[in-house]
Amino acid sequence: MSMSSTELQELARKCRVEIVKMVYRAQAGHPGGSLSEIDLIAALYANYLRVKPDSPDWEDRDRFILSKGHASPGMYAILAEMGFISKQDLESYRVLGGVCQGHVDMKWCPGVDFSAGSLGMGLSFGMGCAISGRLKNSERQIFVMLGDGEIQEGSIWEAAMAAKHHELGNLKVILDRNRIQNDDFCETQMRMFDIPAKWQAFGWSVKEINGHDMEEVVEGLDFLKNTNDNPAILIAHTVKGKGVSYMEDNPSFHGAAPNDEQFAIAMAELGEVVN
Amino acid sequence: MAATRDGYGQALLDLADNEKVVVLEADLGKSTKSLHFRKQYPERTISCGIGEQNMLLTAAGLASSGFIPFASTFAIFTERAFEQMRNGVARPNLAVHLCGSHGGTHTGTDGSSAQSIEDLAIFRTLPNVVVLHPCDDVSTRLLTMQLADLSQPSYTRTARNKTPVMYDGRESEIEIGKGVIIKQGTDVAIIACGVMVSESIKAAEQLISEGISATVIDMHTIKPLDEELIETMAKSCGAIVTAEDHNIIGGLGGAVAEYLSSNIPTPLERVGVKDRFGESGQADEMLDLMEISSPHIASAAIRAINRKK
Ligand SMILES: Cc1ncc(C[n+]2csc(CCOP(=O)(O)OP(=O)(O)O)c2C)c(N)n1
Repeated sequence: MSMSSTELQELARKCRVEIVKMVYRAQAGHPGGSLSEIDLIAALYANYLRVKPDSPDWEDRDRFILSKGHASPGMYAILAEMGFISKQDLESYRVLGGVCQGHVDMKWCPGVDFSAGSLGMGLSFGMGCAISGRLKNSERQIFVMLGDGEIQEGSIWEAAMAAKHHELGNLKVILDRNRIQNDDFCETQMRMFDIPAKWQAFGWSVKEINGHDMEEVVEGLDFLKNTNDNPAILIAHTVKGKGVSYMEDNPSFHGAAPNDEQFAIAMAELGEVVN
Repeated sequence: MAATRDGYGQALLDLADNEKVVVLEADLGKSTKSLHFRKQYPERTISCGIGEQNMLLTAAGLASSGFIPFASTFAIFTERAFEQMRNGVARPNLAVHLCGSHGGTHTGTDGSSAQSIEDLAIFRTLPNVVVLHPCDDVSTRLLTMQLADLSQPSYTRTARNKTPVMYDGRESEIEIGKGVIIKQGTDVAIIACGVMVSESIKAAEQLISEGISATVIDMHTIKPLDEELIETMAKSCGAIVTAEDHNIIGGLGGAVAEYLSSNIPTPLERVGVKDRFGESGQADEMLDLMEISSPHIASAAIRAINRKK
């Protein structure tokens, strides 16, 4: 039942369309980091995550924790594709009373397992889920998506150290290495030097991939799924804003919406016909 | 209309001639508006990455060496560094000036994770710390400039969205620690801060049709509280309303209640967020949802007046 690379690419393309539509409708939100993460998230949900859209609270489910919770449009798009929420629900993004809150929120949206919005919190929360799995003899695996700017938070490294101390082989990180944060490129804001070496030094198993090459994404997620004796991190090299030319590698589209003209360009580039 | 965060950004530029002034950022300079200073004075701007705790103590170290540090992030993320502020800044009384932008539910569609409704309360509990929450860009600019002369730390909340300008031509009235009577009335005094000052003016206008004359005060300094002015209002109006885009616990309403109950018991109604979290919505929708917009202030005023003996 697992999807081929071509099918995964098509799934991610559909999600990209929804991401841009959500941000355009709301005239607010975070397209850049949603477009960079989406190939990874789409493949994870389609082929790896053990979850049940019709019973989102199933106790033994794998957990996906979007720690960089501002990139919520990416998660809402895949939740709609999987059937956790409806396509209609996507229209509630940033709208009063909507299930699609500005930042993913477990109180509001089925299929969301963490209330995010403050960076640097998801990995510690994931540790708690991982330890719970161990205590309950559950097979569950915990996947945490982090941003590269986000790992500048000290709490990430507290969690990284603790996860190895507790030998949490069921804890897995995907790092969206898109090289841009809020104000500017990471290189300007806070240089991070050799990120793989840092995680290795904390005792983690590390693999690097191109986060937009579906075959590499699948290889990378295989690595996470099959590394069960050690906490593992997949460092995915990505392009912020991937798929929409003027957003690509552009810090201005971290948290900005396209105007009418830009929206039309995005739809055309993503192969979507809008009437 | 202008945003208070723009007043902060302007003040940093105005202060730049003082070479002791340094600016610290945690990857939100575009939002808090310290970016203008960064562009012109990169050598005196310290990027701390996304690391609020590190930023606060770096600022403390700079202050201990004679610099005047202005550090900013979103109001909500200043709270991440609360204990650094408590033990590393307030306790040694180092003049670090922390600014939290995007305060309150008014910040809008980012949702509850970004809507700080407790910042004024927590920073107010720290000895030595001055707490400000100005209502327009003019007063934010002037108050921020006054901070540079202060020998103690401070916390200033600014807002994301634009609000009406109150102080055009009234600049000389702005002073840390002194509330300002924006509108004079006789039956009730509405003491407000931040975005709620303009809401209170609207409420005062609505009250006229009920035959009620309301004073509106901009209490931009939550601490030290202008007790003299509150006493005068308690005596002259005999009923008081507080209005803030903040939890009703511990903020401006809490401070005024503490003062009144110990010194001059007076009917008081507190308008604020009723101890709940917000959600995604437009700024005006949030004020309605939280029941703090002008009609709610007006009905609180009537309740307070009805409680007069
Ligand atoms: C603790 C905290 N500080 C600051 C912010 C404001 N903020 C939101 S997104 C962002 C940049 C995030 O960059 P990154 O982690 O690289 O995410 P991506 O590029 O994938 O969107 C910042 C600083 C926040 N949400 N939480």
